[in-house]
Amino acid sequence: MAEMEGLRVLSESEIAEIHEAALAVLAECGVFVDSPRALEHLAAKGATVDSATGRVRIPPALVEGALGGCPSWFTLYDRDGGEAFRVGGREIHFATGSCAIRYQEGREVRPSLAEDLVRLAVVTDALPQVEVQSTAVVAGEAPKTLADTYRLYLVLKHSPKPVITGAFSEKGLFDMMALLGAATGSRTGEAPCAIFDVCPSPPLKWTAISAANVMDAAAARLPVEFVSMPMPGAASPVTLAGSVVVHTAETLSGIVLAQTVRRGAPVVWGGAPVGFDMRYGTTPLSAVEATLIAVATAQMGKHYGLPTHTYAALSDAKVLDAQAGAETALSGALAALARINLIAGVGALDFVGTQSSEKLVLDAEVCGMIQRALRGVEVSPETLARDLIKGLGPGGDYLSQKHTRGHFRSETCVPGLVIDRLDRKGWEGKGGLDASARAKERVAAILADHRPRTLEPERAGKLDAAMRRVMAYAGCESLPFVGEG
Amino acid sequence: MEDDLKSLHEAVLVADEDAALKETRRLLEAGADPRTILETGLAAAMFELGQRWNRGEAFLPEVVAAADVFRLCGELVEPALAARGEKQARHLMVIGTVKGDLHDLGKNIVAALLRTAGFEVRDLGKDVSAERFVEAVRELRPKILGLSALLTTTMLEQKTVIEALAGAGLRPAVKVIVGGAPVTAQWAREIGADAYAANAPQAIEVALGLVGGAASGGGGGGGGG
Repeated sequence: MAEMEGLRVLSESEIAEIHEAALAVLAECGVFVDSPRALEHLAAKGATVDSATGRVRIPPALVEGALGGCPSWFTLYDRDGGEAFRVGGREIHFATGSCAIRYQEGREVRPSLAEDLVRLAVVTDALPQVEVQSTAVVAGEAPKTLADTYRLYLVLKHSPKPVITGAFSEKGLFDMMALLGAATGSRTGEAPCAIFDVCPSPPLKWTAISAANVMDAAAARLPVEFVSMPMPGAASPVTLAGSVVVHTAETLSGIVLAQTVRRGAPVVWGGAPVGFDMRYGTTPLSAVEATLIAVATAQMGKHYGLPTHTYAALSDAKVLDAQAGAETALSGALAALARINLIAGVGALDFVGTQSSEKLVLDAEVCGMIQRALRGVEVSPETLARDLIKGLGPGGDYLSQKHTRGHFRSETCVPGLVIDRLDRKGWEGKGGLDASARAKERVAAILADHRPRTLEPERAGKLDAAMRRVMAYAGCESLPFVGEG
Repeated sequence: MEDDLKSLHEAVLVADEDAALKETRRLLEAGADPRTILETGLAAAMFELGQRWNRGEAFLPEVVAAADVFRLCGELVEPALAARGEKQARHLMVIGTVKGDLHDLGKNIVAALLRTAGFEVRDLGKDVSAERFVEAVRELRPKILGLSALLTTTMLEQKTVIEALAGAGLRPAVKVIVGGAPVTAQWAREIGADAYAANAPQAIEVALGLVGGAASGGGGGGGGG
């Protein structure tokens, strides 16, 4: 079988030009870092720091040195210590979209609550095509100061799948480390089951919190995923190549910060490119040029030999309609063809502001089709089936053949009931439901029947205790789902 | 004079900074009424651009650039107005992105659109401390204060600003609008803001609502509203 070539939108010489441009930006213009601690650290490591203005100019040698220290892959584990998969190379894995603040059922949208995040964790757990869950929505019940930690608590408690998450404050990261330690029973940095997203503020800026999160996560060897967000024509040049330069410069500056704190700390070359709609000022993540930027930035990441990530396989539509399906499939397929290792966004609507379990189950089908497409066409004597074809001859019936029974499961992607493949009569007999109505039924069935593997009682007790300590510090007496221990 | 006003109007519409400044100076030197320059030349152009934007005919880079030209020309007219003992009759809105937050794109769009709607806007920039907001409200006495925050991590700061205003005894003096991606109507209520806007066009609507429907605080109409 020919390994399916990755989708490429940049030539080798264009990659070199973008690299040179990004190095020049970092050396001559630099980035703004709003953190005295990070400024002091970077100055000590050889960057030219103007502490009055917060500007950090990074010489090329420092960038190259930092890149040399990054692992090209790492193993992600599940909550219970089982190996999930390697992040890196040519494998791709889909993850639920994160950072939403609303939950949607049908056309009803509401500020998300703890029970919604639990629903998303359980539904994601039931979907084999979505191998990574995320702290997908904030839980409105939680005080803002512990919202990041509470999100992680809820998903660790309700599904063993690895998690993409992120901290909202400096302290938040440490609280989250305590939760991870309690839930997994491993020491921080060993057998990681969580990846921490850290976002620069476009263009070329790092907030105090983001800078601290990078440094603290790297020191603890927690995988850090840099999620630069180029926004063509608004927070980066309107030209796609210029946006890729800004993304590259921002991400390289993050890598320098991480690797100079701890050489060898696992990092992911991530991104959340968006479009910028010049009519409404909105930032569509599923704009086709955003996906092109994702493919181009992933080529840069692969050029540096790093694991890659992007937001894709999502939609900016407001309901589960034709736009939602089209945008999800198009961006998901392009990102997958580019062999971007982690594709996050499944379940997301409305500029990643909204998560929907219904969209999640439909998207999972799309992910399954994409994964099947990437497996390509396997050619071997067994699959060519010369003897079978000759033996059956013209008019042969393949349905009753052992060859068919032996291979149909691996050759075919059999979609779930969300994808309609009935004949018209059969479809009408089932109530003539559209995809969105079928998705609603599927979610109800999962929530009624699916029981994720529960957390082992001793670790569950420790997780509750860790969460309660964080709550006590914030003066918060109770939160939904937090056991009394 | 009519023609000059028309050229000024045209220059603002296409965001031709040099031409607009030149026309403004020429009109002032020729002794034109500064209020007419402001309203018939400058503000009317912004109003027209706002309408074009509403119809999907003008795009944000054009609106933002024109708002900038409008502001620069307004600054030229200001002394002439003051010399006649007048000042801009528009409602003043102070706007800024809260401390710890370095995102000012959304806030800039809101500021530009507010200018098309006829507001006088003082933009304090990004990463603005509660103290600076309080100081600006004390000195400038705006009708409205707009607080932008893009991050879940920084929206807390909106609350801090509102508390600081109350602490300084200034809370009743100003209406506070909050906005930004993670901000919700519920959050606005929780922190005691007067209003919440989900996006830039809504910010304009809400701001107009807070000042009673017209951005001109009395005086000649001139299409500024």
